[in-house]
Parts: sequence; C-alpha cells; structure tokens
Amino acid sequence: MADAPTLPSPRHAPDVAAFFRRYAALTGLIVLLAFNMAVTPHFLSLQTLNVNLTQVATIVIVSVGMTLVIATGGIDLSVGSLMAISGALAPLIFLSPFGQSWPLLADAVAFVVAIAAAGLLGLFNGWFITRFGVQPIVGTLVMFIAGRGVGQVLTNGNLQVFHNPTFQFIGLGRVFGVPVQVIVMLALVALAAWTLRRTLFGRYILAIGGNERAARLAGVPAARVKRRVYAISGLCAGIAGLVVVSINSSSDANLVGLGMELDAIAAVAVGGTPFTGGRANVVGSLIGALLIQLLRYTLLANGVPDAAALVVKGAIIAGAVWTQSRGRTA
Amino acid sequence: MRRVIFGSEARVLIALIALVAFGALRYDNFLGAFNVLSVLRYNSMFALISLGQAFVIMNAGIDLSVGATAACASVVAALLSPYGLLPGLAGGVGAGLAVGLVNAFMVARMNILPFIATLAGMLMASGSGLLLAHNQSVSVSYDTDFTSLGQGDLFGFPVPAWIGAAAYVYGSVVLNFTGFGRHVLAIGGNEEATRLMGLPVDRVKFWAYVQSGVCAGLAGVILAAQFGAGQPAEGVGWELFSIAAVVVGGTLLTGGIGSVGTTLVGVLLLGLIFNVLNFENGLGWISLSAYWQSVVRGVFLMVVVMAGSGARKALRAV
Repeated sequence: MADAPTLPSPRHAPDVAAFFRRYAALTGLIVLLAFNMAVTPHFLSLQTLNVNLTQVATIVIVSVGMTLVIATGGIDLSVGSLMAISGALAPLIFLSPFGQSWPLLADAVAFVVAIAAAGLLGLFNGWFITRFGVQPIVGTLVMFIAGRGVGQVLTNGNLQVFHNPTFQFIGLGRVFGVPVQVIVMLALVALAAWTLRRTLFGRYILAIGGNERAARLAGVPAARVKRRVYAISGLCAGIAGLVVVSINSSSDANLVGLGMELDAIAAVAVGGTPFTGGRANVVGSLIGALLIQLLRYTLLANGVPDAAALVVKGAIIAGAVWTQSRGRTA
Repeated sequence: MRRVIFGSEARVLIALIALVAFGALRYDNFLGAFNVLSVLRYNSMFALISLGQAFVIMNAGIDLSVGATAACASVVAALLSPYGLLPGLAGGVGAGLAVGLVNAFMVARMNILPFIATLAGMLMASGSGLLLAHNQSVSVSYDTDFTSLGQGDLFGFPVPAWIGAAAYVYGSVVLNFTGFGRHVLAIGGNEEATRLMGLPVDRVKFWAYVQSGVCAGLAGVILAAQFGAGQPAEGVGWELFSIAAVVVGGTLLTGGIGSVGTTLVGVLLLGLIFNVLNFENGLGWISLSAYWQSVVRGVFLMVVVMAGSGARKALRAV
C-alpha cells in the first residue's frame, strides 16, 4: 500500500493479467475443475457435486454473515461458538418432555429458539462493540471464549444423540434431489448480495466500512447498522449450527463449529472482500469457500494426506489474498 | 498520559492481588508450594506465547499461529529428544523460528494483512506438525534428560518457570531499553509517521513475528517435555488465549501502547481463574464443571475490556 501508484498501462496485455488477479479465486476454481475432470476418476458425477456442496454449505452460510461484518470493517470470531450454542439448544428442546408430548410444535420451537438465541448473542456482540468502542476482534473474542462454555454447560458437555426426521430435514432433506442446506446456502447468498446492492441498509454497511466517521457525519446510524450486522452474523451461525447437528444426528458442544471462524474468514478473504471494509463480495465468498473445499477434495481424492492439504490450504489463502491485493493496487 | 497508563497497569495488578488474596483466605493450601509451583509450571507455556504475542500486538499486528506453532514445535522436539536435551530444545525452537520467518516474510515483505498471513501460517504449521507426527502424538524419550525441561526443578523452582521468567526479563529489557523495542511501539502508534521518520518499519515488523515464532517454539518444547509427548493436535485456541491475556494486561490491540510485565499479570489472572474454580469444586459447596471456566474467563475478559474503555477514552482526550 505504500508503493507509488503505477500509471494505468496503455496496452491490452497487462489488462488480462489484472483481470486474472482480480478474479484469482474464480480462475483458481475453474483451473481446479478442469484439472479434476482430466485427472480425478468419477469426478463428473452428481454424487461428487452433492458431497462437495453439502460439505461447503455450512461454511458458506456462516461466510455470508461474516462478509457483511467484514464489509463494515469488523470481524466476528464468535461464529463457531454460536453454532455450538444453537446446536446444543435445539436437541435440548425437542428431546425434553415437552418435545416428546408435542413433537411438531417442539421442532418448530427448537428451530426458532436456537436460531433466535444465536441472533441475540450476535446482537450482544454488536452492542458490546458499539457501546464500549471495543475493537471487533476483542469484542467477539469474549463470545468466542464464553459461548462454547455456555454450550457445554447447557449440555453438561454430553453428546446428545437423536433421530428426528422432521427437524433433520434442514441437514438431510432434499428438494428435487438438491440438498436442503444447499438451497438455504444459495438463498442466503442471493439475499445478502441483493441487500448489499439494492437496499439502504446494504449501502449503509458499505459506507460505514469505507469511512465510519464520514458515514456517521452524513447521518448514517452507524451503531444501529453495526449491531444489526453482528446480529445477522449470529443468525447465520445459528442456522449453520442446526445444519451441522442435523447432518451428524447428534450434537456435541465441544466440537460443533470448532474452527469455523477461521474457515469462514478464509473463504471471505479468498473471495476478494478486503478486510479494510467498504467493499463486499458475497458471491466471491461463495467462490472462495468452493475453491478451498474443492482444493481439499482434489488433494484427498488423489491420495494426498489431510495434513499436507492443510499446508496447501494455508499457502492458497495467503497466495489468493496476495494476488488480489496486488490486483487492486495495480 | 503517563498517569493514565499507570492506572490501567495498577488495576490489573490489583485484580491479581485480590484474586490471590481471595484464594489464600478461602482455601487451604492455595498458597502451598505444590499449588503455586504447578500453576507456574503449567502456565509458563502460555506466558511464553503471550510474550511473543504482546510484541506483535504492540506493533499493531496479530499472530494467530502461536498455538499451531507450539504444537508443531512439540512434535519436532519430541522427535529429537532421543538425542538429548539440547537437540530437542534446538529442534523445537528451530521449528518455531521457521514458522516465525514464514509469517514475517508474508507480513513484512509481501504486505499481506497479519490476520490472514498468520492464519495461513497457522494452517501450515499445524499441517507440518501432523505430517511429521503421522497424525499421532509422539512420545518423548525418557533415556535423555530432555523431560527435565518440563518436569525438572532448579533451585526449588520449576525449570519451565525459569525459562518463562528469563524470557520476560529479556522481553522487558528489549521493549524498554533497545531501539527495536521502542520502534515496535512507535510503529504500533503510527506506522506512517514512523516510516516517514526513516525508521526501518519492515525490518522491525519482520523481527517481531520471528520473535513470536521463537517464543511459541519454546512453549512447544515445554509442552513436549512436561507431558511426555509431542502433540500435533494440541494448541487449538491458544492464539486466542494469548490475545486475551495480552488484552487483559492492558495492551491496546491497536498497537502503540503496552507493557511486558502486565502481560504476565494477564496470563496469571486467566490461569488462576481455572485454579480457583478447581479449589471451589474441592470445597464441595457447589460443583462447577470445568466448562464454567471458559464462561468465567469470557465474562472476565468482558469486564476488563469495559473497564479499559474508560481509560482509553481518557487517553484519547489527553
């Protein structure tokens, strides 16, 4: 950023390079797809697609909220812990005596209460950050540390096993052969992209991320918008928590959402949303998450151990962010 | 301005003294040699990673890789422990140094945001540790005196606590009496101004991350020596613990202000909360599961941040 700005290049050739830098994640995704079609056996099957999409769905759902938070210039470390809370709450409700007596009602209550609780805790994050002028990393670190503890205390650290087809529809169901969580994921991405582009709230988010002081002086209700953004991030985490426990048919507050904050942040970063705020690319986050997932799949399908895949993932995240930051300054 | 900073330093120290006094009055043996020494022995690892983290944070950066680095270093140290104490120590510290160099290169040379760069460094360190250990913990050799680095005593004091104490003396001297230390704070305060003054910003940043890697490597050596195994899957969440300790110690995450001594106080405060909960359970009045400790730690961090926000406002007004 301290480099002297270079003059725009007069010829076409550098523009192609700039294009690839700008769309590094998309390019990477296409290259990986082509590589897999050529090398990985049975790659072009509906099953491969479904496996990859169901695995990536929770990360994308969380990334949607994370993108909005990062667009305001913030960050949300608490998403994994909020997933653990919502994942712990829902089975507690539908496995309770009340849930045994009125199964359908209990499923609905479990669904709403779990997601609402995560949303409220997200709102608390936003309140804490705006009220005390705390840095978002520290503000959400509180919930990161305390949140998982709350989930563990709620369940006493026990594994809750269940079989509840109605409730588990969100993780195991299919509509016209498409997994439900994939539909949820696409709907949330579309909703967030539309919000950012077409609504006042969306423009406020970008204005705050661009220059919070200026936005506030221009009459943007910065504190309120930020509180809502953290609440939305909490809601997304709540939904993702329910998806995870539904897939597993069990809820373990020690494990649900563990490390999710970093996965989601990585997806957003690879997707090209700058951490300085003011710009957001929700579709980019989707592409970023897909790229990281497909990379892992490619390495595993071709016999590379998971540990080595971690190293490659780290290199890819750093590389993608590096090329994109160069693309912006060039 | 000096007074305000002193105020926040005094406050964490008072909180620590209050917690110790509470424990000493309420529980027998709280200040007994066994408890004090085991708290010091165990928390020396966290003290080390928090020291490295404190320098990075004062520099307005962040190091997410410390936990994974410690895990990776513990594996390397365990693998080299059959050759003796020094090779094990050197191997662990070398692994930390390597991760630190990679982080430093990404942040200071490639200008990648610290959060992302060290996230990548964390994944790489964690993956390397798992690869070296073949996804299992690696037991340490008991034929050499390597384990004394974690389990031994020197002059009646645990060896890891000596290592931690030496590191903090070093850190304190470096921060207060060397150009590097003053430059770290200057860059954290205002990077652009520091650059315009002609100070070597990139070089200082570089060494701050290298130093954090070395500290995490040392913590990994102690981890392996203390628990008798190199543990590639350990260290999850350590980075956030160390950030919390640094923040509790009154170092501003925006950089520019901080102290080495209060970081140690922050580590001890967070560590003692767990200790007090254990004693409370021992009394038998209430039985709090271990899960409460993270809730208590989180709430504690929240209270500290709330109290600190008043001090920060006063600071801004000066």
